[in-house]
Amino acid sequence: MAVAVDVSRFENVSMAPPDPILGVSEAFKADTDATKLNLGVGAYRTEDLQPYVLKVVNKAEQLMLERGENKEYLPIEGLAAFNKATAELLLGADNPVIKNGQIATVQGLSGTGSLRLGAAFIARYFPGVKVLISSPTWGNHKNILSDVGVPWSEYRYFDPQTVGLDFKGMIEDIKGAPNGSVILLHGCAHNPTGIDPTPEQWEAIADELEEKGHMPFFDVAYQGFASGSLDDDASSVRKFASRGFEMFVAQSYSKNLGLYAERIGAINVILPTADLAARVKSQLKRLARPMYSNPPVHGARIVANVVGDSVLFDEWRAEMQMMAGRIKGVRQKLYEALLSKDKSGKDWSFILKQIGMFSFTGLTKSQSDNMTDKWHVYMTKDGRISLAGLNLAKCDYLADAIIDSYYNVK
Amino acid sequence: MSTAAAPASSVPAGARSGWWEAVQPAARDPILGVTEAFLADSDPKKVNVGVGAYRNDEGKPVVLECVRKAEQIIAGKQNMEYLPMGGLVKFNDLSVKLAYGDTAPVLEEKRVAAVQTLSGTGACRLFADFQKRFKPDSRIYIPVPTWANHHNIWRDARVEAHTFRYYKPSTRGLDFEGLMEDLKKAPEGSFVLLHACAHNPTGVDPTADQWKEMSQLFKSNRLFPFFDMAYQGFASGDTVRDAQAIRIFMEDGHQLACAQSFAKNMGLYGQRVGCLSVVCDNSQQAVNVKSQLQQIARPMYSNPPLHGAQIVTTVLSDPELKEQWYKEVKVMADRIIGMREALKSNLEKLGSSLPWKHITEQIGMFCYSGLTEDQVDRLTKEFHIYMTRNGRISMAGVTTGNVEYLANAIHEVTK
Repeated sequence: MAVAVDVSRFENVSMAPPDPILGVSEAFKADTDATKLNLGVGAYRTEDLQPYVLKVVNKAEQLMLERGENKEYLPIEGLAAFNKATAELLLGADNPVIKNGQIATVQGLSGTGSLRLGAAFIARYFPGVKVLISSPTWGNHKNILSDVGVPWSEYRYFDPQTVGLDFKGMIEDIKGAPNGSVILLHGCAHNPTGIDPTPEQWEAIADELEEKGHMPFFDVAYQGFASGSLDDDASSVRKFASRGFEMFVAQSYSKNLGLYAERIGAINVILPTADLAARVKSQLKRLARPMYSNPPVHGARIVANVVGDSVLFDEWRAEMQMMAGRIKGVRQKLYEALLSKDKSGKDWSFILKQIGMFSFTGLTKSQSDNMTDKWHVYMTKDGRISLAGLNLAKCDYLADAIIDSYYNVK
Repeated sequence: MSTAAAPASSVPAGARSGWWEAVQPAARDPILGVTEAFLADSDPKKVNVGVGAYRNDEGKPVVLECVRKAEQIIAGKQNMEYLPMGGLVKFNDLSVKLAYGDTAPVLEEKRVAAVQTLSGTGACRLFADFQKRFKPDSRIYIPVPTWANHHNIWRDARVEAHTFRYYKPSTRGLDFEGLMEDLKKAPEGSFVLLHACAHNPTGVDPTADQWKEMSQLFKSNRLFPFFDMAYQGFASGDTVRDAQAIRIFMEDGHQLACAQSFAKNMGLYGQRVGCLSVVCDNSQQAVNVKSQLQQIARPMYSNPPLHGAQIVTTVLSDPELKEQWYKEVKVMADRIIGMREALKSNLEKLGSSLPWKHITEQIGMFCYSGLTEDQVDRLTKEFHIYMTRNGRISMAGVTTGNVEYLANAIHEVTK
């Protein structure tokens, strides 16, 4: 007869705060209004607002199924073919860094897991070093740094006046950080603002990092997804690499290959020598082993198969261009709709200048609330909309909602 | 002020010097390093009894038929969306039913917080981090010996670790008196790591009566049982029997936690599929605990991978596939039991004077042979036989084709 053991272990465990982004999707689902629009979603949607599995992914999975490959453990560092492919995609196969073996690449659990390995390495090997993150940035950056115990602070990034980059503030804050800090940079398609530095601004940022002996840590979650070109979207990272920076780069294949669910990415560390690269790689493995032992094979094989077959690789490029193209298309239509409806002369061109899935509209919290309460447009309260959740058919409606919220709500 | 572009191998001016001084090459992982060395060996007679992955009698990795069928069923799925942080809900439901029983009261009362994890490792790590966050001053008690990664996990979670006696070299069996003595000394509120079945690396499991005695001790001394169950079904061939330790503790009313892995019993090693479950006071607490586990998972990997969880869900929710799975797991377990018998009888036939009955008394994938490090090194250097240096033999790597060779070699280095 069971007598419950009088051990209330977890009485002090409170309910964790609800995830701010998840909450948006849940509220959207609960809304029965026919005009509702979900601009909170951080995953690509088609013109019909459906999730999209890339054709090359289906083909790769089919190939894998036919081959009947085994399900053995990967090595701790992941699938070798994937690691080779991902480093080459990032830097270009001919890059001297790769040819000289100056890069340590470890397969990670998408962008999050890769950032986590890099952050854990920083915590262990650069104790006391601070990481600077942009204001704003992807919410999980703070969680990752906090959980590994790395001190962090913010550098100015978003300028609400211009709805653009606060370049002066950014440089000032990078300058003001202690020498030898780590600066977390978004390689392209900044999340959540969509605002990227220009090539000239990137050079100036690199100058500042060099001056201060800072180490760059690039978060590259949208390579190929932002502009449609893998090479163009990697230009900031490649620029820094060619200038001789030692740096961390986290990659994700969630968006550009639509592999959200399979958690596939990589942490790369670019170093002065191949020997150092081997040492750093071995220590990254030591961090991964007590987290999950070795990474999941499925997503890695898909990437390796797509990149390893020239036909599939070309098809992938075309699909990325299609996805990026659709987003550029709705940006254009939204901009035109705003221009035609708003005769005040307000400059809405930031919609076109921003890049990637997200756009910081400049709407305040109460204005964002109005978007939801009155117009059934769901977005995050920081004024961020996901263009992935918008289609051409709804641009007009969205423009009406934005104009109403911007001008009639304080 | 920008400088001219520097060649890739030089350090830019003004850069902090010596970022990497403290970075030494890490020692090879003791277990996974064995396979690396094996793969690098070109000798045709080489035998890998290192890593704990099942092999058929041809020495080949196996993908279960039920898994292949499940893959066909889920093929062409038009869904690659992020899973929730806690993973696939249906997967979690099926996992905990497997662990606790389909009609377990704690499940009907919704008192179990369950999240999908990165296999058994991920489940242990999530729990270790959770333990640190909510019981920061508590200790973890770890058996001697144990899977090496257990120490890494709780160490990286920064939980104070202690050990308790488990294996008795003189009998190659359980040191039950030592175990009870050591756990009696553990402070109240301590967490204790237990292998639910097929202890890794020794293959030595407590009897049902011993489990019952332990359960009583845990009750009277307020110790928290954490079960690592990596071999359910794989040990005896019977999933219910292999979970008996957990069922015994549940009957006694313990609120335990369990890490489950589908790496071995469903052959999904590379997919990284597992489940962490925590039995709570009530359904609200289960909701709270689950939400906090998710908070820990989020900055580690955001949400777990889909593919493996879909396979498990498909197999366990289809009665025919589930039946097939039960059969296939029994085939694997039976083959290993057969190899244990073959290895023992071969050693006896060779006239070895040492005791080898522990080979058939131990259970699961591993046999703690009792070989010393020097003897293991000789096996590798002279006979190209690869195993971990603690003398652990992965019986899954033994075949009718290599068992004689293995027995000969062991006899050579021990006579």
